[in-house]
Amino acid sequence: MIAKTHSLFDRRIIGPAVIDSFRKLNPVFLLKNPVIFVTEVGAALCTLAVAFRGAGEAPGFIFQIALWLWFTVLFANFAEAMAEGRGKAQADELRKARTRTQASLLQADGSVRIVAAEELRKGDFIVVVAREVIPADGEIVEGAATVDESAITGESAPVIREAGGDRSAVTGGTRVLSDRIKVRVTANPGESFLDRMIGLVEGAHRQRTPNEIALTILLAALTIIFLVVVISLRPFGTYSGVSLTVTVLVALLVCLIPTTIGGLLNAIGIAGIDRMVQKNVLAMSGRAVEAAGDVDVLLLDKTGTITLGDRQASAFIPAPEVTVEDLANAAQLASLADETPEGRSIVVLAKKYGFRGRTISEMPGAVFIPFSAQTRMSGLDFEGRRIRKGAAVAIQGFTGKPIAVEVQDAVSYISLSGGTPLLVADGSNVLGAIHLKDIVKGGLRDRFERFRAMGIKTVMITGDNRLTAAAIAREAGVDDFVAEAKPEDKLTLIRREQTAGHLVAMTGDGTNDAPALAQADVGMAMNTGTQAAKEAGNMVDLDSNPTKLIEVVEIGKQMLITRGALTTFSIANDVAKYFAIIPALLVGVFPVIAPLNIMGLRSPQSAILSAVIFNALIIVALIPLALRGVKFRPLGAAALLRRNLLIYGLGGLIAPFPGIKIVDIIVNALHLV
Amino acid sequence: MNIPGWIQLVLFLGVLCLLTKPVGLLLSRVLDPEGRTPFDPVLKPIERLLYRLLGVDPKAEQTWKQYAFSLFAFSLVGLLFTYAVLRLQHILPLNPQKLGPVPPDLAFNTAVSFSTNTNWQNYAGESTLSYFSQMVGLAFHNFASAAAGIAVAAALVRGIARRSAKTLGSFWADLVRVNLYLLLPICLVLSLVLVSQGVIQNFQPARQAALIEPAGTVATQTIPQGPAASQIAIKMLGTNGGGFFNANAAHPYENPTPFSNFLQMLAIFLIPAGLTYYLGTSVKNRRHGWAVWTAMAVLFLAGVFVCWRAESVGNPRLTALGLDSAGGNMEGKEVRFGIFNSSLFATVTTDASCGAVNAMHDSFTPLGGLVPLFNMQLGEVVFGGVGAGLYGILVFVVLAVFLTGLMVGRTPEYLGKKIEGYDVKVAVLTLLILIFSILGFAAWGAVSRPGLAGLGNKGPHGLSEILYAFSSATGNNGSAFGGLSGNSPWYNVTLGLAMFLGRFFMIVPVLALAGSLGRKKLLPPSEASFPVGGTMFIIILIGTIVIVGALTYLPALALGPIVEHFTMSGSALVY
Repeated sequence: MIAKTHSLFDRRIIGPAVIDSFRKLNPVFLLKNPVIFVTEVGAALCTLAVAFRGAGEAPGFIFQIALWLWFTVLFANFAEAMAEGRGKAQADELRKARTRTQASLLQADGSVRIVAAEELRKGDFIVVVAREVIPADGEIVEGAATVDESAITGESAPVIREAGGDRSAVTGGTRVLSDRIKVRVTANPGESFLDRMIGLVEGAHRQRTPNEIALTILLAALTIIFLVVVISLRPFGTYSGVSLTVTVLVALLVCLIPTTIGGLLNAIGIAGIDRMVQKNVLAMSGRAVEAAGDVDVLLLDKTGTITLGDRQASAFIPAPEVTVEDLANAAQLASLADETPEGRSIVVLAKKYGFRGRTISEMPGAVFIPFSAQTRMSGLDFEGRRIRKGAAVAIQGFTGKPIAVEVQDAVSYISLSGGTPLLVADGSNVLGAIHLKDIVKGGLRDRFERFRAMGIKTVMITGDNRLTAAAIAREAGVDDFVAEAKPEDKLTLIRREQTAGHLVAMTGDGTNDAPALAQADVGMAMNTGTQAAKEAGNMVDLDSNPTKLIEVVEIGKQMLITRGALTTFSIANDVAKYFAIIPALLVGVFPVIAPLNIMGLRSPQSAILSAVIFNALIIVALIPLALRGVKFRPLGAAALLRRNLLIYGLGGLIAPFPGIKIVDIIVNALHLV
Repeated sequence: MNIPGWIQLVLFLGVLCLLTKPVGLLLSRVLDPEGRTPFDPVLKPIERLLYRLLGVDPKAEQTWKQYAFSLFAFSLVGLLFTYAVLRLQHILPLNPQKLGPVPPDLAFNTAVSFSTNTNWQNYAGESTLSYFSQMVGLAFHNFASAAAGIAVAAALVRGIARRSAKTLGSFWADLVRVNLYLLLPICLVLSLVLVSQGVIQNFQPARQAALIEPAGTVATQTIPQGPAASQIAIKMLGTNGGGFFNANAAHPYENPTPFSNFLQMLAIFLIPAGLTYYLGTSVKNRRHGWAVWTAMAVLFLAGVFVCWRAESVGNPRLTALGLDSAGGNMEGKEVRFGIFNSSLFATVTTDASCGAVNAMHDSFTPLGGLVPLFNMQLGEVVFGGVGAGLYGILVFVVLAVFLTGLMVGRTPEYLGKKIEGYDVKVAVLTLLILIFSILGFAAWGAVSRPGLAGLGNKGPHGLSEILYAFSSATGNNGSAFGGLSGNSPWYNVTLGLAMFLGRFFMIVPVLALAGSLGRKKLLPPSEASFPVGGTMFIIILIGTIVIVGALTYLPALALGPIVEHFTMSGSALVY
């Protein structure tokens, strides 16, 4: 795994993050975050006020307010730096793969010239042989090789890459283990997949997502509103004979503007992408992560996503007057040398009937007949017996006799139940049928159930006929299916769902999936897939596990929920801060207002200082939540809303009351004011 | 707080609830250019004639910009027309009192006031305005500005309900149809009923009556006359609030009986309540319409309770001195209406942007007066002004959905429409304008010589008066803390500007929001959709309105009514 899960407070991340939070004090940088920028301006004003203070103001008090305002800004910067730091740590791991390599460039005349990898350009042809690092992203045009892609995927088992088909793409930085391949370079230096990955996990050029932009607008508007409130308070105070100093007004302002969410907003977004990376999914943009939360239709390929890639033998149905053991024996013999997963599963199933797996080499004279497109059968010639297995039509042609009614019934039963029937023949006798079954992956039914509760529709897409598709759909528990689908149908289906207002997610790996991947709102390409697929989608799954789409949706939702929860919390907090600060401002001139000080804060100064300190500390307290995300629960909208509103809305309303009170007690115990 | 009060409160809300659906259904037909109403046989030809006179095609739909431009142009022409009538009333007919021209600043204030549905009155009707000015210059606006408000609400509802649409309906068709099929018929009936209760309707000059008990040198009393009933009906129904007489609904000629009082309060809430039903039917989600209604009703009841309780308890200092008997705070109240009906009226008139009063809000206890003040600062979204209440609360709905919608794990969405950056921008813009105008002008007033000159009281109550004036003007309410003398050039101009900002600078972003929502695709409802009906939504909506309102105005209110309250209850100081 490249994505080592870093513990939340890894020392190697905290150190640089602390330094970064000071570097981020640069106002030009903070301008992008209006709430924190205003806080910084306030901090600067208060710092100046220490020197140019009005009569009767204690410098110690102003100094402490200024200090805590600077802390507020630093804490917000720290949250962002922490989130970035986690990404950087992962980027560093990736950089190790990007060592300086040399490339064997194929010249026009067929000779090979050794050049540095940086000199390769799109369209060049290179040769890579065993134990060499592939110098650039490319597509195999000749040959096949086993490739160690652990630098990218973390998966140590080598994978096979070969020219033509959907597994021809190779990634720069991975290592060829065997054979020799000719590769056409598809990316210029600096634009390679590895470079993009590093950029993404580092969050170097992170763009704000639409939702983040909308939220920033709201936060900026709230900041302006509270600016008006605080600025207008001064003339109102003048009218009432209450003189309000700059320090006090700034303290009130910073307590009211949503610093909590303002300080954590960026961290939440970066952490969202980071969580994807930890799941070995590379989101090409934050926008894609956000879209994942909005998705309400999942388009799932049957093969690989819902079922294990291969069919498995699940039962032997013997012909009349044939024992199941005879059938199992013959079926096993016919499959001994069949290295396909189906063949292996038949051997395994036969073992249950007491037939140990034999190898052809133990059986002198045995000849394996491999599957061919012409015969559409495979089998074994052995001691004069000619054993074959294959589709019903092929076997009928082989035996030259009509198939018994009972066997025909078995064949139609297997088809109806969503399986694939294979017949086994020994010479001219049909011994019976093998039931090959699509094996639905474990736990999917529960997951789809949860998705239904969340209002997400799952649609299975398959090339199988309707009956087979319906049976598997029923077993897997998907909401809908499309049978006899051609690859182009995916695009049509996505367009149709989108026209109806849905947001669609899908996975794909083949070149013919590329248009659909590009059209889908979330298109997750498999890392084993073609370059075209990877470029069309907005996410790449390094583990090439299509089922992961489900986790991607959960992470997207989790990020949105975290953002919403902290926004609500931040705004609800203001109520308590009012109860701390307003009485403190007025009680000097209007002692009768004392009952409003419901927290019983000791003095006006300690009340204001406590509110400011609480306001700063709550940012730090919530950093883990922002980075880790609110725990996701698969519930319907109403239930989720009720739950989160109770925790973050009501909690946000109540929590600061005891919080500020405790800070006030400490402030007084330490005689800070 | 007594039994008759409780019975009347239940009766009031009950009747309002029963009328919501029929009015809503009528609104659905009126606001659909193809809709049929019971009045078609009589009014259809007039409708066609009006379209021909205006030179508009009622079927030609407008984009939000065209809609806003039509509304703005129409209102501006009306404003200038009224200004001209007021300045020239001495040479215009129906002026039996021979009143002179209205001064320029007062004419500006009054023209803005009526064209913005505010009806803030810096003049005394019977001593400043001729019958012609009242009937032609002002009454015309009572209809037109009310219809314009309903039109904007209809445009916003259409924006929410339509999918991928560029247009929001025709302003001209909405304006004409609302006047003809909604306001005129109901007003006709209402004014007849009011006449039956004793509200006057004539064109006679004021009468001189001999005092039964002469007070010093004064032996006669001037009793004003005029066409009051027809004005009162639209003043309430259109949430205008401008009284025919200076004493407004406290005057026995305007509001003679408990029944007329009940009817007038009901008339204020009638169309705003019906509009929530119209919202529910239009977006094909009745539960949502009723949820909005319920949120409004809860806020309304909360206001009534606080105000009623504060007025019932009265001023403890006076009670301690034995000056106030068990009756509560009766200062500035009509004995005919008493504590409950005055508190209820005050709450109703400020929940809506009506501004008619049957008691002097300035004389309420600090908390009793805080209720109308806070109601207006919330943006008058509790049923609210005709149209203005609905579009005001829908802005809050959009914000509430955006704030909490993320917590369901999706981009916030309201009735299948995604709430994006632009929508948030225009929605908060309306809040910002409100806040800038109220707090900005009030802060200026609190420290400027002309602002302070108008005050009738010193101390916290004086601040309340300034805050009330600009909250009322910006909210297009029109009621006042009467201690403030607003008829000075400074107040005439600033209040006029506040009314203008509060009306047209609100409507433009609201229509922009309508346009933006209308253009959006509609996401099909599912388990994952944000629930916009039911208790949860009601709580969220109320929470958003109260918290945003409280956070914005609490500091200013703390220096006004809140300090005043604690001073009254917690010190020996007697006012």
